Amino acid sequence: MSTVDAAILKPRKQFGETFFGRVWTGLTRSPAGFAGTVLVLGIVLFSFVGPLVVNQDNPTDTTQIWTEPSSAHWLGTQYEGKDTFTILVNSGAEPIWVGTLAALMAVFVAVVFGSAAGYFRGKIDAVLLQLTDVTVTIPQFLLMLAVVAFFDDIPAWGIAFVVGSTMWAFLFRSIRAQVMSLKEREFVEAARLQDLGTARIVFREILPNMAGFIFVNFVIAVNQAIYAIVGLYVLGLMPSGTPNWGLMIHQSWSQNFYLNPVAMPFVLAPLLMIVLFTIGLVTMGRGLDQALNPRLRER
Amino acid sequence: MSNAPLLKLSGMEQVFETKKGPVPAVGGVDLEVKPGKVLCLVGESGCGKTTTARAAAGLTKPTAGTVEFRGKNLAEMTAAERGQYRRAVQYIHQDPYAALNPTRTVFSTLSAGLKKHGIVKNRTEARAKAAELLQLVDLTPPESYLDSYPHQLSGGQRQRVNVARSLALNPDLLICDESTSMLDVSIRVSLLNTLGRLRDELDVGFLFITHDLAVAKYFAWDGEIAVMYLGKVVEHGPTPEVIGNPQHPYTKALIGAVCEPDPDLAKANRSAEQLRSAEIPSLRDLPAGCAFHPRCPAFEPGLCDAAEPPLQATPSRRKLSCHVVHRDLQRATPDATLTFDAVPGSRRPETESAL
Repeated sequence: MSTVDAAILKPRKQFGETFFGRVWTGLTRSPAGFAGTVLVLGIVLFSFVGPLVVNQDNPTDTTQIWTEPSSAHWLGTQYEGKDTFTILVNSGAEPIWVGTLAALMAVFVAVVFGSAAGYFRGKIDAVLLQLTDVTVTIPQFLLMLAVVAFFDDIPAWGIAFVVGSTMWAFLFRSIRAQVMSLKEREFVEAARLQDLGTARIVFREILPNMAGFIFVNFVIAVNQAIYAIVGLYVLGLMPSGTPNWGLMIHQSWSQNFYLNPVAMPFVLAPLLMIVLFTIGLVTMGRGLDQALNPRLRER
Repeated sequence: MSNAPLLKLSGMEQVFETKKGPVPAVGGVDLEVKPGKVLCLVGESGCGKTTTARAAAGLTKPTAGTVEFRGKNLAEMTAAERGQYRRAVQYIHQDPYAALNPTRTVFSTLSAGLKKHGIVKNRTEARAKAAELLQLVDLTPPESYLDSYPHQLSGGQRQRVNVARSLALNPDLLICDESTSMLDVSIRVSLLNTLGRLRDELDVGFLFITHDLAVAKYFAWDGEIAVMYLGKVVEHGPTPEVIGNPQHPYTKALIGAVCEPDPDLAKANRSAEQLRSAEIPSLRDLPAGCAFHPRCPAFEPGLCDAAEPPLQATPSRRKLSCHVVHRDLQRATPDATLTFDAVPGSRRPETESAL
């Protein structure tokens, strides 16, 4: 064989070719994806960094009940005379991290079980399929209600666990189906012919082909989990310790604040946060999908 | 060079169970591939060429018969032996678009096996080796291909990446399933020459599947051709014999069906006997006796539809399964309807270096 040029030995790797670089270019390239990313990052920073910046001293003040927005109180005050903006800043963290944790759990379980079931088939597949059949038939929200009602003082990660454990089944099914179809493809056979080993075939050959799909589903799962958690708070079923969006909506609703025009900032702020976060997640998901698919990446 | 076969299929059968009943895709095939030799499997679509090749590559388990690699039965191999077999026998798919993972670069595809089996120690070595492999299949300069994704390559380039990958593990036997049929003619010849170099220099054995008799003639001239029809080998012998002087009516029909640019030769070919029917019988409902008899121009009622003809040796250095030909041979009537150059456009160059 001829001698090899030294230039070959170094991969021409630009920023856009590492995994994170690819994710970043994907997210920032299309205007929609960029806007979504900015929204999501903005709300995450607002909810996690905001509480460190904003003055946490927010006492009950009977002289300041339901005031209009002003320079001292950007969103006015609420029914106890507390600053609405400070409450809003503190309200985002819990739904976001609990929702993300729940989605992480659900996606992790779905990916691991789904690819095992789809790749190995046989007994493992039959057992897992039965398990999803059972999981799918349990009404999600009722289970959550029952668990929350039974365990009075359930910690936030407990909620994440309950929400996550009901969400994995559908994703499991679609991942299993995709793995079953992908493993019959010739490039997987070619990998098997090279004796690359099961782990490498599943994780390096099959799963990257559905990375976009998994990421988009993760984003959707975060969304669903946030809805579920906020929903539990709205229904007033959760211990009302930490401030959060759901609790604000619950108060607006159960105490008829929405009839009071001065209370509008308090009523609308959490709704707006949830809507913006959802829109941000969905558009960001689309950008990610394109970023992780080498064929879409080039367009 | 030992003369022991690399690969030996004995009585190999493959029956697929379907809802409409069993389909005997391959019904008892005996073949051998020797190191540095080519065995060409030819036949029309659906005759079991690919099924045979897949069983030989260990991708499917034959329902009966054995596949032996270096004298060891595939079904009885230990895990270590099987690993060795897996690396020594590589299979090149027909479709270059489907056989490369769209999410991996050429380098990643080529280096996966090298890294896994400890052929290279680190990334620098892997890149050097991958570049070497690309040069071997004429993808030069390698650095402009290493970091490309499959969708950035043309069909011919992808197929050559496929071939490069199969060469990465230094195989002893390559099974090529119509591997050149998707390439354009110029690339086909250069790829065949590359493979020919491996055959001659590294003693790699080939099980070469094709429906293109010109390719078979070019690549397997020193080897053998086995003609398959409906899951059985009907004629098997050295390439020059089978192509130049086909004996089985099906082989004659196959060779007669090749397009011929020379009008005189074309006329001669047209005068060759025509098939009685173009329709291929269903594998689920094979005709009684010789499976070819409903289409065979030499069909004789009472003889051909009564019993299955065995694959017997003939004096002309080949094995053949045809009642009529064997009977005529016993009566010693020589049969030569087609000329040596029956496959047109594929006259073997006198000197190989001319290409």
